[in-house]
Amino acid sequence: MPNILSHGKVIDDHWILLSDEDAIPAQGDIIVPLSTWAAQREVLLAREGAVSVLLDGQDEVETIADDLAHFPMIAIHFAKFVDGRGFSSALLLRDRYHYQGNIRAIGHIIRDQLFLMKRCGFSEFSFSAEIDLHAAADSLNVFSESYQTAADTAEPLFRRRR
Amino acid sequence: MYTYDQYDQTLVDERVAQFRDQTQRYLDGQISDEEFLPLRLQNGLYVQRLAPMLRIAIPYGLLSSRQVRKLAEISRRFDKGYVHFTTRQNIQLNWPQLEEVPDILAELASVQMHAIQTSGNCIRNTTTDQFAGVAVDEIEDPRPWCEIIRQWSTFHPEFAFLPRKFKIAVCGSEEDRAAFLLHDIGIQLVKNDRGETGFHIYVGGGLGRTPVIASSIREFLPQKHLLTYLDAILRVYNRYGNRDNKYKARIKILVKAWTPEVFAQRVESEWQQIIAGDKDGLGELTGREIERVKTCFTLPNYKIVDQAEADAQLAALAQDNIPFARWLSRNVRDQKQPGYSAVTLSLKPAGVAPGDVTDRQLEKIADLADQFSFGELRSTHNQNIVLADVLKRDLFDLWQLAKADGLATPNIGTIHDIICCPGGDYCSLANAKSIPVAEAIQRKFEDLDYVYDLGDLELNISGCMNACGHHHVGHIGILGVDKKGEEWYQIQIGGSASKQAALAKVLGPSLSRDAVVEGIEKLLDVYIEHRQPEETFLATYQRIGMDKFKERVYAEHS
Repeated sequence: MPNILSHGKVIDDHWILLSDEDAIPAQGDIIVPLSTWAAQREVLLAREGAVSVLLDGQDEVETIADDLAHFPMIAIHFAKFVDGRGFSSALLLRDRYHYQGNIRAIGHIIRDQLFLMKRCGFSEFSFSAEIDLHAAADSLNVFSESYQTAADTAEPLFRRRR
Repeated sequence: MYTYDQYDQTLVDERVAQFRDQTQRYLDGQISDEEFLPLRLQNGLYVQRLAPMLRIAIPYGLLSSRQVRKLAEISRRFDKGYVHFTTRQNIQLNWPQLEEVPDILAELASVQMHAIQTSGNCIRNTTTDQFAGVAVDEIEDPRPWCEIIRQWSTFHPEFAFLPRKFKIAVCGSEEDRAAFLLHDIGIQLVKNDRGETGFHIYVGGGLGRTPVIASSIREFLPQKHLLTYLDAILRVYNRYGNRDNKYKARIKILVKAWTPEVFAQRVESEWQQIIAGDKDGLGELTGREIERVKTCFTLPNYKIVDQAEADAQLAALAQDNIPFARWLSRNVRDQKQPGYSAVTLSLKPAGVAPGDVTDRQLEKIADLADQFSFGELRSTHNQNIVLADVLKRDLFDLWQLAKADGLATPNIGTIHDIICCPGGDYCSLANAKSIPVAEAIQRKFEDLDYVYDLGDLELNISGCMNACGHHHVGHIGILGVDKKGEEWYQIQIGGSASKQAALAKVLGPSLSRDAVVEGIEKLLDVYIEHRQPEETFLATYQRIGMDKFKERVYAEHS
């Protein structure tokens, strides 16, 4: 079972990531592509085990806005670490749709993005590269303050300055 | 000027520590070149043709004498004893060592400076008018708004990995000195019927390969909504801008593809949702914050001066001293406070790369600022330095001191005042050298009487189509191109970075390096033959059109 970073801690990951060609297993918690969710919504809801959807860079969070209650976790995929669209997706899930579950970044991400990702609402990180997750966790807290409002702070710094 | 409080200082200090750690991990082989790239770029560090280049931010061009002395010290200790002022009011060091960059950043942080987001696909330094706060035609001082934008854009969590770089300019005056219509977002300060200041928002301007003048998307945005509205624009761009082709990734391409009207609607819809979701209005700027920042830009303690007497005194000095008179007419302008002037120190003497200054000159500039302009100075997008708030009666003393240090070349706004990118001498992107072309033009037109007779003339040179030298908006623009491994130069005319912004048109086939200066001379001949009294080169071109210029330049080639 691969490890991930979840809320700053290294944990075993029990979720199974499926591609759109994989058969849907009868049991277990699974992450499915948006297309699979759209095509097999009822099947996925009827089975045992939790389901999470995987949003790609171009997938719009608006398409799952009404389904959020079904997902204990939403995964956002980064094909390239410099593709910043997932940052907006996460922040919209938190800010606009008040999503409370885990938001997981999956794929090509680097530890130096973690602070900003956390601010956008990501709570879990699954790196495609093998890295020292304990060391990476340090990058979650490189700054002690931030100017802007984001998923972690409703008030921008200018409302908190003393 | 704005001074950091403990929050601002903590953030730049933590940034230094972060980059020190990243650099160490890179040197230890724990970060790949590809993954280190955006990390170093967002700290201003390029890897160039000959050595790394470090770009240091000068937020909206404002500097204190203390900061300038620190820059001089840094350039001596870590570089070759000179710095280069850029067209984004920033400075560049051309020879730092990668291993020493964290130390340089720490030195900068000690004087409230940084290199944050001076490169990379993120929100860059916000620029404005070099005469902010003193301009006669000013609606309101734009600098507090620039500082508010600087803080909002610094480490913005959502917009650190945009499709492409993103530049914002703010214009606070009637005349545009910030080229704001050539920015990804151009913000014009305006007043509504009730006399309240708000913002006219333009998007999608820019130079580069596809030059575009920005389109208006909102005519009046109330102050408190500035940041939420910027969030909306950036979010639409971040989500829908092109990420497959870096030459089609700027916001201008998206605005063009959707049309400005559709883009405006998308932003409006996003913004309405942001506001609807922010029921307590926590994202809105507060009057207290606006006031806090404005208070940092209060005007110095001006003396009450007899304007007429000061002018008479100057006129008398100028009558006896032609060089001083020339400097007064080209490098000095009135400001809104009576008895005071804004002085431009020219960084364009012939034989020096435009915008380059030595460590010693930086220290002299700092001394002049302390003596004559309340310890503050401004960098300009034309790559010069402005000392504002100089008492008219001190101008003669200032001129003599500046002249002794090579800072009083009386050429502002003339053909000598060339905007020029570093070009093929330094930049790995360049197709051709640009600095030697600038120098050849300055040397060719040495006769100052001739130069003054030509009057206001903006000549801009870029070494490649990325257009760092703003060639599209020069009255005369020169673009370096590569033809089978040889350096050639395309000439364009008729551009303007003013509020009546215009993009220059290509004159014809490009010229060899040897033929460029002669080509420019022919353009000027046509102008002199056809101009009407008081008509500038640009105005003559606009009246008579391209053909006469073209015929003359290519006469022998046909």
